[in-house]
Amino acid sequence: MISFKMPSLGADMEDGTLVEWRKQPGDLLKRGDIIADVDTQKGLIEIEFFGEGILEKHLVAEGEKIPVGTVMALIRGESDEITEEIPQENIPDQEKMVEPAKVEEGKIKVPVASPQKAGGERVRISPLAKKIAEAHQLDISKISGTGPDGAIVKADIDKCLREGQEKKAKAKTDPIVTEPRYEPESKLAIPESEAIRKAVAAAMSRSNQDIPHYYLEKRIDFSKAMLWLKEANKERSVQQRLLPVALMIKAVAKALDDVPDLNAVWEDGLERKNEINIGFVVSLRTGGIMLPAILNADTLSVDGIMERLNDLIPRARAFKLRSSELSKSTFTITSIGEGGADKVYGVIYPPQVGIVGFGEIRDEAIVAEGMIGIKPVVDVTLAADHRATDGLIGSKFLASLNKYLQNPENL
Amino acid sequence: MSKMKTITYREALKSAIREALQKDERVFLMGEDVGHYGGAFAVSKGLLKEFGPGRIMDVPLSESGFTGAGIGAALAGMRPIVEIMTVNFSLLAMDQIINNAATLLHMSGGQLNVPVVIRMGCGIGRQLAAQHSHSWEPFYAHVPGINVLAVGTHEDARGMLLTALESPDPVILFEYTSMLNLEAEIIEDAGAVDICKAKVRREGIDLSLITYGTGVYKSLEAAEVLSKDGMDIEVIDLRVLRPLDEETFLTSIAKTHKALVVEDAWKSVSISSEISARIMEKAFFELDLPVERLCGVEVPIPYPKHLEDASVPQVQDIVEKVRKILKP
Amino acid sequence: MNEESIKNTIFQLLKRIAPEHDPSTLMPDENIREALNIDSFDALQFIVAISEKLNVDIPEEDYGKTATLKSLMAYLQQKMKS
Repeated sequence: MISFKMPSLGADMEDGTLVEWRKQPGDLLKRGDIIADVDTQKGLIEIEFFGEGILEKHLVAEGEKIPVGTVMALIRGESDEITEEIPQENIPDQEKMVEPAKVEEGKIKVPVASPQKAGGERVRISPLAKKIAEAHQLDISKISGTGPDGAIVKADIDKCLREGQEKKAKAKTDPIVTEPRYEPESKLAIPESEAIRKAVAAAMSRSNQDIPHYYLEKRIDFSKAMLWLKEANKERSVQQRLLPVALMIKAVAKALDDVPDLNAVWEDGLERKNEINIGFVVSLRTGGIMLPAILNADTLSVDGIMERLNDLIPRARAFKLRSSELSKSTFTITSIGEGGADKVYGVIYPPQVGIVGFGEIRDEAIVAEGMIGIKPVVDVTLAADHRATDGLIGSKFLASLNKYLQNPENL
Repeated sequence: MSKMKTITYREALKSAIREALQKDERVFLMGEDVGHYGGAFAVSKGLLKEFGPGRIMDVPLSESGFTGAGIGAALAGMRPIVEIMTVNFSLLAMDQIINNAATLLHMSGGQLNVPVVIRMGCGIGRQLAAQHSHSWEPFYAHVPGINVLAVGTHEDARGMLLTALESPDPVILFEYTSMLNLEAEIIEDAGAVDICKAKVRREGIDLSLITYGTGVYKSLEAAEVLSKDGMDIEVIDLRVLRPLDEETFLTSIAKTHKALVVEDAWKSVSISSEISARIMEKAFFELDLPVERLCGVEVPIPYPKHLEDASVPQVQDIVEKVRKILKP
Repeated sequence: MNEESIKNTIFQLLKRIAPEHDPSTLMPDENIREALNIDSFDALQFIVAISEKLNVDIPEEDYGKTATLKSLMAYLQQKMKS
């Protein structure tokens, strides 16, 4: 059985409200199906399921607000016949267990005993029964209650445990249940700017409280990049023209590939990420910021990145992002653009471990090959989590970034 | 094992007063009709002859006045037993009890103890109608600075007063008039009992029946009936309504995981409210069912016998309630 | 297309990018991007939109000629004539 959980759509998300079930028990689910609409601080999100199976049970009622990681539904996958043959330690039978979910990325905490029951009703369970169920990791959504109004009481748990002991005597193996990756897709309704402000406030406060930032900066000669862009844009129709930021994002993605310790999260330890998903700070005209991610930026061409930006930025401003674009970034870029500040020192978006800031591209007198010349430069800063990396790593990253920006044709 | 003797609740109360008067010169009894008449409920009958008017004192019909005098006597070093004929009249003495007896230790910075014992006849079941049938235990148990005891058994009728007189602080005893003629066995040399702990009157594992006062015998009787159905009920006599002995009932809940609180007092803002709240606060994760309560119906207590009986929990009510809880 | 309708088209597109501003309050010599707080990305989007709407090609080196309402109008009129 697959436990489908409330996804986290960023460090600032604690819970979400189930607005509507889009799939009903018995429905066949295929990869990419939208299972439910969930309302979050960032708007209404369509949640996609990226596995296959049959929806067995809803565990959460529409209208209910639940914390991230709560099991929302059970889905019977193809492999369930097999798991039924392999009862787990201390687990009554295949129905009574909560799979120790192996989450693909990060460590989402899962409440062991889900407070929800099929049909969207809240599970009625006595505090004592709940305590025992949690101690034994029983999935209470699978236990039928004999207490008042069908509440689960201690006797029901005892019965369940007795049955479990019998089962356990027959076979004993390690649990092998993996949860298929979900990649929730979402559309965002227009949230109040207040909600955005709150979300930003929460994430940034947490960052400044928890993360010991260190800062490095490097002035990067941008003349070759500008020249390359100028040439490149000559050949491109107006719709396909590139902005310097596309180049910057690509260069950052490649530099992260060289210095993977920065493409990571810190959760009681450094955890490198396999994908390089670059979060890009988009400021909203109404105040606040959005952080859509360019997924797998290292595998995209500069044109590909520009295409993503053309798609993402207007959607971010219209609050029409998908949840995967909100939740999956592994590193962040903030860019000041034209007419702004010379330098920007970022605040890390937790649990990421770094943010790179590009100031305005401007002409400066710089020394190169013993000569003073006027060249376009950009001041690049790195703010990184000192728990995760040290200055040497950060310095390597900036050096690598510079290397790529000096050879834009290779990006 | 000590020899047992059969005794009425009234006799138990009287022998306690007698023993107290014999043991300590400073002890005296004062109250309306306690002397010549022998007490409104005949608890002090014969004591005037035995101890004389200096120690068995009839007082005017002025609860505030004589309760205040008792408090004064206690301040002056005596050990007065103030009898307020019924708890209903204690409303008139509440200013003395709450503003003086309960607060003087605090107001004097710890200099003035008030070792007064106030006995109040109380309870429902004698067809005394609405103005003479109150259950004011919750009122008094609300007040810091006094100890409130519910005399729910013959053993406590025989023993609580003696210990109460040793307390340096005011003690209120609730004595249940409906039980006066009730006979029970107590050990022959019964005497002082503690006034700080609740008591498990019957051990069981299926449900904790928490009660006090007249609820104790009713609950024990109900538990007997239920045992025939295979339900093993633990009965807890709170005895001390202030300060509450939480440990006893929380320990019991940890064993039975279910609780029913029984009392005559009106349900709202009652002793059972407090018990229920404490269980929720301190034993929430031991609960397998919600705490249930069986209390007085929230009406002025009626005069007609059948209505009066219906207004407070009876044995049959308790039996039915427990059955409903355990075998829904 | 006359001057008025070009202007209307420009206003329409600016309004879409910066809905909280009223573009008709723009002074002819005012820098549009500064006045309406338009970043480089939105500026590019604006150029794209205007070139699509009016069917003119605006090469990158001409971006400087689109800075103010007056210069943009002149540039577009000249472009559309040719």
